This record gives sequence, C-alpha cells and structure tokens, in this order.
Amino acid sequence: MSAATAADAPIVVERLVKRFGAFTAVDGISFRIDRGEIVGFLGPNGAGKSTTIRMLCGLLRPTAGEARVAGFDVARESERVREHIGYMSQKFSLYTDLTVAENLRFFGGIYRVPAALLAERMRFVIEMAGLTGREEALVGTLAGGWKQRLALGCAILHRPPILFLDEPTSGVDPESRRRFWDLIHNLSSGGITVLVSTHYMDEAEYCDRIALINRGRLVAFDTPAAMKRDFPGGELLVLECDVLGAAFAALEAAPGVRDVAAFGNTLHLLVEDREGAIAALPGYLADKGVAVARIEPVAPTFEDIFVQLVGRKEAA
Amino acid sequence: MAAPDPAIAVRGLTKRFGPICAVDDLTFEVERGAIFGLVGPDGAGKTAVIRMLAGVMRPDAGRISVDGVDVLAAAETAKRHLSYMPQRFGLYDDLSVDENIRFYADLFEVPRALRERRTGPLLEASNMTAFRTRLAGQLSGGMRQKLGLVCALVHTPQILLLDEPTTGVDPVSRRDFWRILFDLRETGVTIFISTAYLDEAERCTRLGLLHEGRLRHCDTPQALKARMPGTLVAISSTAARAVRDAVAGLPGVSSVLMVGDGVHVVVDDRDRRLPELRAALEAKRVAYDAIAVATPTVEDLFVGLLGSRGDGA
Repeated sequence: MSAATAADAPIVVERLVKRFGAFTAVDGISFRIDRGEIVGFLGPNGAGKSTTIRMLCGLLRPTAGEARVAGFDVARESERVREHIGYMSQKFSLYTDLTVAENLRFFGGIYRVPAALLAERMRFVIEMAGLTGREEALVGTLAGGWKQRLALGCAILHRPPILFLDEPTSGVDPESRRRFWDLIHNLSSGGITVLVSTHYMDEAEYCDRIALINRGRLVAFDTPAAMKRDFPGGELLVLECDVLGAAFAALEAAPGVRDVAAFGNTLHLLVEDREGAIAALPGYLADKGVAVARIEPVAPTFEDIFVQLVGRKEAA
Repeated sequence: MAAPDPAIAVRGLTKRFGPICAVDDLTFEVERGAIFGLVGPDGAGKTAVIRMLAGVMRPDAGRISVDGVDVLAAAETAKRHLSYMPQRFGLYDDLSVDENIRFYADLFEVPRALRERRTGPLLEASNMTAFRTRLAGQLSGGMRQKLGLVCALVHTPQILLLDEPTTGVDPVSRRDFWRILFDLRETGVTIFISTAYLDEAERCTRLGLLHEGRLRHCDTPQALKARMPGTLVAISSTAARAVRDAVAGLPGVSSVLMVGDGVHVVVDDRDRRLPELRAALEAKRVAYDAIAVATPTVEDLFVGLLGSRGDGA
C-alpha cells in the first residue's frame, strides 16, 4: 500500500508481531482504522488484545512488523505517539487517596497540559464525566462508574485525537456502561478515533467496526451488521423450557445439534437443519423429562458470532 | 423439625461503614438447589452481603443461618458447609494449576483419594486439563477465574457463594463457567451469585434487586417481569442512538433504554403509542428494522423497578 494513504489513517497496523520468549502473543496482525471510527476489539482472555493496545501506545516494543499511530512509528517515535493518544487501562490507574481534582491536576502534569489551559480542561472533563460537585471527593470513596468516567477524563485531558481504551467497562454496572458509551460516541462525533476492547457483547453493537482476534491473529474485521449477516456455522434456534440444566446436557448429545449455549433463561442451539430440529427436538426432550415451551429460529447475537469464530477451545 | 432448613436464611442483616449504611435490614431466604442472583448497581452493597454470608465480615445487626448453622455463633462450622469465591480469588501465581488445587484441597482437608475424582471432571468441564502444569501467574483472566472456581469447589460444598465471578471473563469462558454451575445445581448445590452481566441474571431461579443497601425486590425473574409497569416496546435498528433521540420525551413514553441492537421503550398504552412511535421515527427519517411489543429483560427490570439510581447518573 502507498505511504500516503497509510499516513492519512490515524491507526495503521502492518504484520505486527510480539513474542514473549517462545510464546507469540500477537502473530502478524494488520488493520487500518479511519478517523472518527469506533473500533471494538474483541477476543478471548489472553488473545493478545492488551498486548496489541500497549504496542500501539508505544509502551511495548513490537518484535516484528510495523504500526503507525497519528502518523508516527510506535517503535521509533513512541514519545511523539504518546503526545497524540489517550490510554485508559483496565485498572483505571487513579490515585485513590487523592481527590478528583488532584488526580486531574496530576494527569494534567504528566500529559504536560499548559498551566494556563488546565483549569478550563479540567472544567470540561468534570462536566463531561458528570463529576460536578465531586471535585473534592476522595477517589477511593467513589463507586465504580464514577471512577471509570474520571479515568476516561484523565485520558482525554490533553485532547488527544486517538483514544485506546482497554476493557474500560469491566465490572461497571449496566447503567454506568451505557452512560460511558454515550461519552465515547460524543467524542467520536468530535472526530476522535477510538479503539476499545470489551468482553460485553452488547457493546460490540455500539462500534462502527469490530476487530476480533484469537491466539494473536485477526479472525474478522468488519461492521457489526456484516458480521451478523455472514454468521458461520449453521442455523440458530432459541429454545425455552422448564429445566435448563437437564435440557442442556440432553441437547449436547442430541442428533443434529452442533452446539448449545445458555442465553438468559433460554438456550441457543446451533443445528444442521432448522426445520428438522424444530420437528424432532420437543419429542426428544420430552422423553428425557424436559417440557419445551418454545422453539423457533433466532437471529445471531454477537455472543453467538464470537463463540463460533473463536471456537470452543481456549487459546493456549 | 418438619421442613428442612433453607440453604440460606437472613433476618434483619445490617452493616454500617461509619455514617453509611451499606446493607440495610435485609431479610430473605434461599431455598435448597436455587440459583439466587444478587444484582444491583456498583456500591449497592452486594459484596458486603456476600462477605457476611461467608462469615468473613461481621454484621452490625441481624442473623444469618447457612445450612441450618448460625454463621455468627459458629462461623467455623458454617464454613464447612459453604464455599466462597471472592472477586479476587487468592491464587498463588508462582504455583501451577495443579499445585493451587492441591493447596486448597489441603486447606479444606479433602481426603487424597477423593481429590483426583473431583478435580478431573472440573478441569475437563472448564477446558483446563491441558494447562494443569502451567503457573497460575501465566494464565489469562478467564482461566484464572475458572481455576478459582475449581479451587472453591474442591471440597464439594453444599452452598456456593460467588461474588461477580465472571467479571472480565470472555464469552467462551463464561459459557464454560455456567456449564459447571448448571451441573452443580443438578447435584443439589445451592448457588448464591452476584453479577454485573444481566444475561446471567436471567438464568437465576430467583433474583434479589439490591439498591443502596436495601433489597428492593426479591422474586423469580418471571414474577418480577410481571411487576413491570407499562408495556415494553423493542425497536431494532442499526441507528440506535438516532432512534433514542427521536422517541425520548414523547408523551406516554416513560423510559428509553439503549440495548445492543436497538432501543427499548416503556409506554403506558401500547395501542395508542405504537403508531405514535412509528410516526415519530418516520418524521425524523430514522431507519429501523422492526418495532414490536417484547418481553422485558432483566436489564429492563433493573431500570424499570429501580428507577433513578444512587450512582448520581
């Protein structure tokens, strides 16, 4: 590809590799993210998401390959990269014994926000994060959702055009997660490019595109709609019954059923033949003492897609 | 005694931290073989409740009985009946998977002859058999949680207390995890679990909705759904945000909730409001795939029954 187009995109990754000893954490991945895009980074635990994000932030040196962030090489120009990015780690690196305002001042110093601008930036962040009135609260006394929004605020204090968010919503309650995604979308509307990793499959739907990695390799990179359209692996049914546990075990051994998964209080079945399964399974289960209340075709959710693309076995 | 003791019985449970009442006069029972889900926003008091049930935190008031044993009077006896998996389970990073399991088996005084018979199937069900010799420090987040569960289950307790066991765990590992829980339940184990994943809450036989230290609702998911005021309408759309903005504030619309593939709204009168919602979307030229009355999810319950929340959101 030409250098000119590569330089235009805020994030360009080319055959990026990271090895730790004999273990290859990231195994030659390539992708490009456009300006203002929100890309969701999905994959099993240990698939290489955090390692990739850390390389893109210039915190970890790639073993091979190349990545350019804001036009700068992450290996050779990591200082310049860091001036253009905000990074929020899984652990919300905040000082719990400092107040909200003290944390912001501290990160303002780290990111070298000019003193003349700091007050105005802090006001913006406090308002954005809904922390007005909490400026003097000790961070250690805040609930998870507040800490999370403060951590995001600290990461954007210097107005970076590119944001890397590593599982920012882990362990945060649903209402706070929704509110957080509103903030992400507002930032994206302002032209900020976002790469965000998550294990919440509903959040995948909020992204413009999804990058799915498994064992260090990129297995899909597309819009959520296209990934649903191209759902692999067979036909999907939803089944509702009285005893979930017993039905689960029985269905795993049922003919024509490739996979069984609990979804809320229902089961999703991946079957070879939809009509055949709808006709046969209620009788099959009745013989095993399970009464079926409902069995019908269902559209794949992101969890179905994830599980099919990543497979049953965990990455080593 | 006529009826068997419930697996867990709690009366007037209260815990204060200085001026804050973290757990406020909780009374509930969990029947044997139940999967009881404790859900609520961050800071609602879920962890404090589980710690008190486990006998590792002392309440300021109230009584707890686990398997018929008074936890406050005989915490050590109660601990033989239960297993507690805290949010951060204490694994030894410099020990292997097998060595961690052996350590907990020793701690719980599990006879040597029984150990392999118990751990083998658990490791198999969690897809961890291939990693028995790997150091715990080199496991991914999902595998660590699964190892924590295996360690917590090595003495086959009758009651299992799990504090957000799947937070940060990927969907494939979460499935393995729940597969194990379903199998346990089949053997009669009672499971008390807190979770931030509301799809997991749907699988529980009974739910307690905790809010600001109070148990606001406690019933089966089906009964709680029947208690939701109004009618739920699901609008599926790839432009969920635009849908939300178009329908928020319309007359008769009491709640608007973004969900993965669209928006859930609660209306007072379905026959009247459905056409109005369609008209509003068309007037704003917002594309949608479908609009229909739907069964509420636990997430809808959370919002509908708890209403405005303590998070200040």
